[in-house]
Amino acid sequence: MKTFKIGGVHPEENKLSAGSPIREAQLPKQAVFSMFQHIGAPANPVVKKGDVVKVGTLLGEAGGFVSAPIYSSVSGKVSKVDVALDASGLRRMAVTVDVEGDEWEETIDRSKDLVRLSDRPELDAKTIVEKIKAAGVVGMGGATFPTHVKLCPPPGKVAECVIVNAVECEPYLTADHRLMLEHSEEILVGLQLVMKAVGVTKGYIGIENNKPDAIALMTEKAKQYPGVEVVPLQMKYPQGGEKQLIDAVIGRQVPAPPALPIDTGAIVQNVGTCFAIYEAVMKNKPLIDRIITVTGKSVKQPSNLLARLGTPFSQLIDECGGLPEDTGKVIGGGPMMGKALLSLDVPMTKGSSGLLIMNDKEARRAEAEPCIRCAKCVGACPMGLEPYLLSRMSEQFDWEGSEQNDVTSCIECGSCQFTCPSHRPLLDHIRVGKATVMGIIRSRSQK
Amino acid sequence: MNLILLAIIALGAIGLISALLLYFASRKFAVHEDERIGQVSAVLPQANCGGCGFPGCAGFAGACVKAADKGSLEGLLCPVGGQPVMEQVADILGMKVEASAPKIAVVRCNGSCENRPRLVQFDGAQSCKVQQMTGMGETGCPYGCLGCGDCVEACQFDAIHINPETMLPEVDEEKCTACGACAKACPRQIIEIRLKGPKGRRMVVLCNNKDKGAIANKVCKASCIGCGKCVKTCDKFEAITLKNNLAYIDAEKCKMCRKCEEACPKGAIHAINFPPRKPKAEAAPAPAQAGEKVPVATATPNVQNTQNTPINSKEQ
Repeated sequence: MKTFKIGGVHPEENKLSAGSPIREAQLPKQAVFSMFQHIGAPANPVVKKGDVVKVGTLLGEAGGFVSAPIYSSVSGKVSKVDVALDASGLRRMAVTVDVEGDEWEETIDRSKDLVRLSDRPELDAKTIVEKIKAAGVVGMGGATFPTHVKLCPPPGKVAECVIVNAVECEPYLTADHRLMLEHSEEILVGLQLVMKAVGVTKGYIGIENNKPDAIALMTEKAKQYPGVEVVPLQMKYPQGGEKQLIDAVIGRQVPAPPALPIDTGAIVQNVGTCFAIYEAVMKNKPLIDRIITVTGKSVKQPSNLLARLGTPFSQLIDECGGLPEDTGKVIGGGPMMGKALLSLDVPMTKGSSGLLIMNDKEARRAEAEPCIRCAKCVGACPMGLEPYLLSRMSEQFDWEGSEQNDVTSCIECGSCQFTCPSHRPLLDHIRVGKATVMGIIRSRSQK
Repeated sequence: MNLILLAIIALGAIGLISALLLYFASRKFAVHEDERIGQVSAVLPQANCGGCGFPGCAGFAGACVKAADKGSLEGLLCPVGGQPVMEQVADILGMKVEASAPKIAVVRCNGSCENRPRLVQFDGAQSCKVQQMTGMGETGCPYGCLGCGDCVEACQFDAIHINPETMLPEVDEEKCTACGACAKACPRQIIEIRLKGPKGRRMVVLCNNKDKGAIANKVCKASCIGCGKCVKTCDKFEAITLKNNLAYIDAEKCKMCRKCEEACPKGAIHAINFPPRKPKAEAAPAPAQAGEKVPVATATPNVQNTQNTPINSKEQ
């Protein structure tokens, strides 16, 4: 079975919520829409205090090409356009809406009927990309890179195939898994739309073999869609990383930065993104909700919720049986790459794939001990880096050395830290090094 | 016998030729170094801290000699040696230096555990730089001290230490040389290299919070809320400016009248190293009217006495 070639680890799966069907979360009383829900320029608020908005009303317009607009996911009155704490732990510009009723913009098609590509022959590549851009669709796997940018390859680069990232290699998370089981056809139509938008005829869906039911269902359904192939993959973290997935599915390696994944001819989209693309293009529905896994060993009802963006995390936890007493840490995202939250009152955003509640024992890190030079981290690094070295260089402010040793290639997957028998906080330091070196490179290029 | 003699002559000849070669080579390719560089280096502290902005003391000595050739030592200062060392340097180079006021590192945060409770616990690598990547840090203040001691590690003079009670770094006034290493190490730019002031007395806003008043007020009891009362009090000297919701006292303009300290409703302005107030001042100033329950500040006002500083009744 296929997988990527170098590095990788096997964290415990803990897919507790795999069996619970997606259910709709309740409407929040107050929704907060951060203007920083994607990578790139923040959105600029276009509403002011007192404005009445409906579901699907534009709240913030894209702040540049690499940016995405933000739509209201609720109806009600704008009560605040000001800074608010978000999941990143920073106070940043956000629009707060007090919810009244549930009124939708008329342009949105709310029916559940499946619209196939053959039903809409008039759609051409340009229209599809325009619609995706207007709907504010971003990468739903967690990186939140604006999708329309990926669909417009830079001049000189040609796309050869589209790969759907249905790997979900993060332990605990099951949002993509449930989405595939319940909305397989929509995902396939979404994939077809992407293929049409970039003008390719080959599409792959990469699924890890810990989801046999999803593999079977998708393979069955994909038969009706020419050019689409389901690729079962061997379980290994971080297979969901864009570069690792390209390596696993088509066997090509992305060169070191500044090369992009498109240099291998592949365009990777998350399953969640494909679903959002389907809704944006076929149903005129901007990105206003997403599926989020609320899970944890002490959580009463680990669930997959279809929740509106802007819903506070605390409400989602309440819907899954409340915050357990032994909670030690709440993580936004999965256990490997997610970020611990400072407050539960922060709202969910386009990139919130999961909410993991760890108990006190799990949450604590073991005490760091000296490096024993076992080189396990080197073996685990999927990018072929030397984490112990990068970490040490960063600790000693050796930014030149970090740059020479490709710290910018680090995908921050955390495999090194996971595998370290001395529990050293390798990634903590590497992240600092990466951010600093990126800053140095940026200021150098500006000169 | 002959053989031994031959060997001695041969080796002697080789030695002589080599010596001559080396002698001429050393004359021809000699690198001429200005001897003054060595002399200047000798009087420098040799801490190689880089506080002067040059790579080590030798680099600074070179820069001094170069500057002396151009005619002025302006802008060059060894923060560790200070005025005495600069005078020695000037003597060697036959120049004069203008008197420069001594400086000191000031930690502009008073978010002690009491003023600014820890809301979460940071479990990662104990480094301010790492903690800064998480956004807010352990408290709700995105501008305040993170308390992991990157500054302590950066200090080569053992002059800054974390107070375990307040979890804030404190500068040892005797040891601090104002080299600026701690200021560079702080990822939140809390530490400022400031004029030490006459007799070491100085007025400082011990806060770095640039959030709006309401938010700053919520996260820390001792934060500057940018109300601007101090600015109004100081209209005569115009030493205080308000920028980004944060007051800043210009040490060069400040006349040490201590009025701003009284005016600050949050006790964010501190008078450091001042003698205790005279008893007659006890009855006069505003605190007496603000509330009878509040004991009037009689203690030596120093960095830690925020509790005694009466908080204005306007506080929400």
